Amino acid sequence: MADTQNDNSFVEFERVQKSYDGEVLVVKDLNLQMPKGEFLTMLGPSGSGKTTCLMMLAGFETATHGDIRLDGKSINDIPPHKRGIGMVFQNYALFPHMTIGENLSFPLEVRKMGKSEREEKVKRALDMVEMGAFGNRRPAQLSGGQQQRVALARALVFEPELVLMDEPLGALDKQLREKMQFEITHLAHNLGITTVYVTHDQTEALTMSDRVAVFDDGRIQQLAPPDELYEEPQNSFVAQFIGENNTLSGVVTKMEGDKCVVKLDSGEEIDAKPVNVSNVGDRTTVSIRPERVETNKERLSKDAHTLKAEVLEFIYMGDIFRTRLRVGDSDEFIVKTRNAPDQPRLRPGEMIEIGWLPEDCRALDA
Amino acid sequence: MSDTTGSGPMLAADGRPLKESLGRALRRQKLRALALIAPLLLFVLLTFVIPIVSMLIRSVENEIVETTLPGTVPAMAAWDSSTGEIPPEDVFQNLFFDMFNASEAKEHTKLGTRLNYENTGLASMFRTSGRSIDDIGEVFQDAIEDIDERWEEGAFWFEVMNGAGGDALVAERRARWEDLTDDSMAGDLGFTPSQAIIDLLPNTAAAYTDFAIWTVIDDEDVVAEEDPWEAVYAALAVDLRDPSRTAAIAGYQGAGADALQALSAAELPGLTFTEAFAELDEDWGKVDVWQTIEVYSPTYTPGYFLNSVDRELTIDGVQARPENEQLYVKLFGRTLWMSLIITTSCIILGYPIAWLLANLPVRTANVLMILVLLPFWTSLLVRTSAWKVLLQQQGVINELLVWLGFVDDANRLILMNNSTGTIIAMTHILLPFMILPLYSVMKTIPPTYLRAAKSLGATNWTAFWRVYFPQSVPGIGAGSILVFILAIGYYITPEIVGGTDGVFISNRIAYHISRSLNWGLAAALGTILLVLVMALYWLYDRIVGIDNVKLG
Ligand SMILES: Nc1ncnc2c1ncn2[C@@H]1O[C@H](COP(=O)(O)OP(=O)(O)OP(=O)(O)O)[C@@H](O)[C@H]1O
Ligand SMILES: [Mg+2]
Repeated sequence: MADTQNDNSFVEFERVQKSYDGEVLVVKDLNLQMPKGEFLTMLGPSGSGKTTCLMMLAGFETATHGDIRLDGKSINDIPPHKRGIGMVFQNYALFPHMTIGENLSFPLEVRKMGKSEREEKVKRALDMVEMGAFGNRRPAQLSGGQQQRVALARALVFEPELVLMDEPLGALDKQLREKMQFEITHLAHNLGITTVYVTHDQTEALTMSDRVAVFDDGRIQQLAPPDELYEEPQNSFVAQFIGENNTLSGVVTKMEGDKCVVKLDSGEEIDAKPVNVSNVGDRTTVSIRPERVETNKERLSKDAHTLKAEVLEFIYMGDIFRTRLRVGDSDEFIVKTRNAPDQPRLRPGEMIEIGWLPEDCRALDA
Repeated sequence: MSDTTGSGPMLAADGRPLKESLGRALRRQKLRALALIAPLLLFVLLTFVIPIVSMLIRSVENEIVETTLPGTVPAMAAWDSSTGEIPPEDVFQNLFFDMFNASEAKEHTKLGTRLNYENTGLASMFRTSGRSIDDIGEVFQDAIEDIDERWEEGAFWFEVMNGAGGDALVAERRARWEDLTDDSMAGDLGFTPSQAIIDLLPNTAAAYTDFAIWTVIDDEDVVAEEDPWEAVYAALAVDLRDPSRTAAIAGYQGAGADALQALSAAELPGLTFTEAFAELDEDWGKVDVWQTIEVYSPTYTPGYFLNSVDRELTIDGVQARPENEQLYVKLFGRTLWMSLIITTSCIILGYPIAWLLANLPVRTANVLMILVLLPFWTSLLVRTSAWKVLLQQQGVINELLVWLGFVDDANRLILMNNSTGTIIAMTHILLPFMILPLYSVMKTIPPTYLRAAKSLGATNWTAFWRVYFPQSVPGIGAGSILVFILAIGYYITPEIVGGTDGVFISNRIAYHISRSLNWGLAAALGTILLVLVMALYWLYDRIVGIDNVKLG
């Protein structure tokens, strides 16, 4: 019985709460289940409790309340060094007084592994991250990206089933970061390791993860695969946090199945898909992705509601056009259109009409 | 190389070679920087370098024998000290005039003190000899005055001696006085020895010039109105007794020629200076006294240094001092050994405190930091005295132990006036110097290292020992150097709680500076201490590497 269940919940947080000072809950009622082999990213603004969750899992902080289970066993009372969890720290935490080889061999030494076996594993781990030639160097003699690889190799060398990474790419430049993102996901999937990854870079979260947990205010706001997260945000925080987003606020005036009509504060009416609203009269914030806004009225259905908009700014970005509009009360309504031959290039001051498919406009909590 | 035209050197905008322009700009910068630090440089030079250099010089300097006995030392060159004979009369004669001047200037006791370091008893010998040196001269004075009453008159003497052409002699004697007293002897004498008298009676002329210089410059009297010193009479007798001069005196025509000729014809006392000195103090007749003077007559001497390592310079070379006078090697050893123990205790006690300071929450750490710094705000003397209160046999610690029954009332622990007291008190006093560098190093070790180690499977102890400790070693190094170097030269605390067993070499240095006034030995001991510290520093650099020391 345990096996099947453990496969779906290799890591499990149940009603976990954490407070550092006895006054403020930094983590409020965290519930999370991770199957084996999953790459899960914790994404959220600074101070939202991501690191705290990771530290509780690693054993460096104790949960104030609730249960954390690893492979079905509660680990609340297991000290960190017995949890067998690999960890990559934000600043890598490579031991400066040891060579790269010694750094990697350290976890094996404390596990009392024989010398030859140790050397072989260290070599294999270094080769895995393409750092085989650097075994005798000190961490200070490596570049940021190389240190990052070594940190990764060190976290993996003792073959943990679970690896935690706290913003491991935060210190790298964009190009290197993208390369490493790819390498990390690749490694994790190849080795079948369960990974919990913390970042506040949403692109990183979306490109790397099987599932993303969006944190805010000590809670998981939404836990979903990247595409779902982007296209079907469950609340306005997630909608705002992930990707670019236009918001308009108003009141629901009509509900019919998975469609509703929202009357904006400026008086105009639009079509939307009810997500977090259930009754006529509810206040709501609707969210529309810039690339889902249609500027060509002909492509919309006959009975679709449209809005009048004034072009404020037109930015040519190569592959796309980015247009800023005044819609209702908002001066910051962005539309992104593909650079195609039939696409008109709008001029500031021009008045246009915009609309969208009802399912692209999500009526969320106010 | 794209900026160069052809193969010539690279040129700056104004056409000068770039290297030259750069050099000029850098030089200006350097000069400005130098001007900025000049006051500090000057300060360091004045307060640091000069005293140290003067200490180094003082540890080998030995001018006192030469300046106090300027005639005797050259005269001794002809004497072979290894024969076992005392020096010839000539040396004693020079000794008489040197001693006479020295006792007038009250410098002879200083020489006695100096030589006493090397040969006990010489101090009193010089003192008594100086006191009654006049007696020797009086023998001659009385005889001369008996023969001719005119020699009682200062004015007559002046008439005989005064003249022209003796400026060289005056300059020479003046320089001797200046060397002897370390004071300026410049000024108009109102007297110049006549060249004829100098040729006729060289000893008398010299003695009279000495008398004249001292009378005018130091006593501020007029030469012609003063009766000459006994030494002048003795010098006259020496000159007159010399048979080689008899003919010249007979043919002399200058002032007082008749009086001189009368004296020359008369019978003068046959007293030799050798006998005279033996009369003053029989030790003058001992060879070893003269050997000591001979060995320590050069301007520079290794004597103080040899003394510092329980050796002495004798006529047969360097030899160990007698067993009961050996002191310093043991003291150096004890100083080093106890400093090592103190440093070790500071590490053992300071490490956990520094760790707490670096890892406790800021507020608690601040309170703890104040506790660590508190001793700095209390006078060292007060702290050490407080230890006295604690450590006495009737002190707090003993009372407590007795009361708790750990120690029998009759066998109270002796915690003070021995090395235990010094170690306890100095460990306490030097502890902050260990804690602060340790703390500042530990502060820079991020806690993530420990976490990383534990996440890799290390127990608390392994994580500490393999990961944290090695990174804190530079702090231990810095703290140890500080504490050790401070301890090695510590003075007040051992002085107060150390008794005799617990004193350091510095206490001995202080003793020689302020009590025995043997500054040369103090300087030599200090120099050895300095060299020792530098050697240890060098050793440390070789073994640990000085760039591994971090103060923060
Ligand atoms: N040791 C601590 N003592 C007290 N409060 C803490 C401690 N560590 C974190 N906090 C607080 O807990 C909250 C969550 O911190 P946490 O480090 O988990 O945030 P995070 O999501 O990792 O943020 P970031 O993206 O900036 O790393 C913050 O408000 C922080 O101030
Ligand atoms: Mg964090």
